[in-house]
Amino acid sequence: MSDNSPNAQQPSSAVQTTGHAWDGDLQEYNNPLPRWWLWSFYATAVFSVLYWFIYPSWPVGNTWIKGFGTVNYTMTDKASGKEEAREHRWNTRALLLEDLGAATNDPQRKDMLAKVQAASYDQIVKDPKMMEFVRSVGKGLFGDNCAACHGRGGQGVVGMYPNLTDDDWLWGGGMDKIHETLVQGRKGFMPAFGAVLKPDQLDDVAEYVLTLSGETQPSEAAERGRAIFQGPVGGCYYCHGADAKGVPSQGAANLTDKIWTIANVPAQKSVQDKKAVIEDFVARGVNNTRIMPAWKDRLSPTDIKLLAVYVHQLGGAR
Amino acid sequence: MSEESIPLYQKRIQIYPRSVKGRFRTLKTGILSLAYVVYYLLPWVRWERPNAPNQAVLYDLPGRHFYIFDLTIQVQDIFWLAGVLIIFAILLFFVTGIAGRVWCGYFCFQTLWTDLFMMVEQWVQGERPARIRLDKGPWNREKLVKKGGTYGLWLLIAFWTGLTFTMYWVDAPTLVVDVLLGRAPYAAYFTTFFLAATTFVMAGLAREQVCTYMCPYARFQSAMFDHDTLVVSYDERRGEGAQGRTKLGKGLKTREERQARGVGDCIDCGYCVQVCPVGIDIRKGLQYQCISCALCVDACDTIMDNLKWPRGLVLYTSEHALNGEKTRLLKPKTIGYGVILTTATTLLIWSVLTRAPYTGTVEQIRQPLYTQLSDGGIRNNYEIKLNNKLTAPMTVGIRIEGLAGASLNMDGMERIDLDPQERIKLLARVQIPPVGGNGPPGDRVTFIIEPLAGVQAAPIRRQVPFYIPEGGR
Repeated sequence: MSDNSPNAQQPSSAVQTTGHAWDGDLQEYNNPLPRWWLWSFYATAVFSVLYWFIYPSWPVGNTWIKGFGTVNYTMTDKASGKEEAREHRWNTRALLLEDLGAATNDPQRKDMLAKVQAASYDQIVKDPKMMEFVRSVGKGLFGDNCAACHGRGGQGVVGMYPNLTDDDWLWGGGMDKIHETLVQGRKGFMPAFGAVLKPDQLDDVAEYVLTLSGETQPSEAAERGRAIFQGPVGGCYYCHGADAKGVPSQGAANLTDKIWTIANVPAQKSVQDKKAVIEDFVARGVNNTRIMPAWKDRLSPTDIKLLAVYVHQLGGAR
Repeated sequence: MSEESIPLYQKRIQIYPRSVKGRFRTLKTGILSLAYVVYYLLPWVRWERPNAPNQAVLYDLPGRHFYIFDLTIQVQDIFWLAGVLIIFAILLFFVTGIAGRVWCGYFCFQTLWTDLFMMVEQWVQGERPARIRLDKGPWNREKLVKKGGTYGLWLLIAFWTGLTFTMYWVDAPTLVVDVLLGRAPYAAYFTTFFLAATTFVMAGLAREQVCTYMCPYARFQSAMFDHDTLVVSYDERRGEGAQGRTKLGKGLKTREERQARGVGDCIDCGYCVQVCPVGIDIRKGLQYQCISCALCVDACDTIMDNLKWPRGLVLYTSEHALNGEKTRLLKPKTIGYGVILTTATTLLIWSVLTRAPYTGTVEQIRQPLYTQLSDGGIRNNYEIKLNNKLTAPMTVGIRIEGLAGASLNMDGMERIDLDPQERIKLLARVQIPPVGGNGPPGDRVTFIIEPLAGVQAAPIRRQVPFYIPEGGR
């Protein structure tokens, strides 16, 4: 065998050259291409012709050759929620949809989705598997629809968008209330007191509001502020309640806790500054600036249900 | 330049190995039988496993589990495979350094399947001369039947080989029924027919060309050879003598006569060349095509036994031994490979034996980093990943320690039942009450994940950061 290899049989001078000579004696062997290589090359040439017919290929005028290849996949219709089989000419988008439908994890996802759809809120919350699913799917839904305002983790922006991770809820933190908020949206409103209260009255009210959450100690000014708050001049208690703990049905904030949703009190160092941000806010009020859109026409009932559970567990699931 | 016509491509010269009996042939047949029994029957062995497949050896890719008898390997333990591969590689170097191409000659799939296909060929078409005659002869009825029979049997073996390989990845009895009824998944058919095709082509048609031209290992193992490596060699001094080898002839019948005339012991019968599956002449020295199957040793021994001359004209020996020197086995190279091999094997066994029955990790959720609560308390969230590696259910408890006043809230999932082989992610909220004052802006909390029922194991302790904003307490 070793003696039969081509190189052993043929002296190198017997190999053909291309006939060119450079620098006097540099020549190039005209060795044949390896057979396997040659046949692979012919095979690719044949394949390229087949390719033109099967896949989208040549541009023709304003359009292109679409190819005979088709992709079959099933798709859920958004409006009716029904699954329908579709056939589409070959493209990578259709291929992706086919892959998604054929993948083993997709049936699992569908099963889980059906389970969550059928379960009550209480059942979902108690079931570790369903909660894992809700957190994973909810994260995507939240990122797509809610994170633009509330932030990726639901932490919100003080003065702009409520923080969804704390235990203070303007409109109620129960699952049904969150669901309601998602479905119909919310519109925050507080009248502007700039024209009603004089600057020193605003100052007194701010002083009083700060004592409510223990930011400052009670004082004479605060006592005057209390009178405005609880009395007919300010009338704040209509919405915030006589105990100032807020009324969720009005979306009125609880002023006695440590959480500030609009006036950024924690960020201010001095009492003067804290009062200033409150006064400024009370003078201007809230009108058409804090609006949560309604999602009932944008998201499916299942998505809203998933989001309600997701947001509920973000906020500590009280 | 040259005008003589030399063909640019050379056709393969068909090799017709003759059969032989002897020590190495028996050894090879033994290894071959054992390998085939294991390979073809292993997928059919059942293994009682509650809550898991009942196949003794099953590589369940969709389920992300490898089942090997009582060992269940999960995705995160797949690094054991790296350990196994390292051990195999070192074992290969170790053995090749000492005894040459042992893998090639006795264990390689290519050798084993080629051997089987040659046996079939010989059983249908007969011994070497009969096969040569058949190939040279015209296409008559006999040739058609014999060639067709050989190819048919090869195809059957190839198909069953491919199907058996597929059986390792799915439930074997179900697969066989599904494949035969035409309802198996596409991947099963592809795997089966791809392996059937390669088996047929490599073992039936390409044979020694795979070792000579395709196999990288065949080429690089010469780097592991040294003068002490056992190789199949021809004892040239004895075989050639002073005058070279000569056939048994007049006045050259006995050893004494031959030695008196300076003729070597080799009677040039050619048996060693005829039995060679790669078609080389071992008397020309060590060649890269040689797979060390040692069939030429058997062949020569048979001849020597018939002549009543001592065996060992073609033998397993080292270059040093051939030159009358001592063969050294204890060398830095052998010892080095030996040490690495022992260490790697010990580590792998230790790692498998001390594998945890379950795993638990805790990761802080950093968006948001912390939450200020209405009473002034601080909350941090964590994601806990639990994984039950057993094929039995277990109950796991989660608690915290090491952070003053902290409370854990997992919505009642602090005690959780895990299904067999279940993996789950849980949310854990850790909360501290408002303390007042200005502590350091951070602390640590330790999660303790402990088995409560279903398994005995040490609790897992994970210390993770607890973030407290500046002035938070």
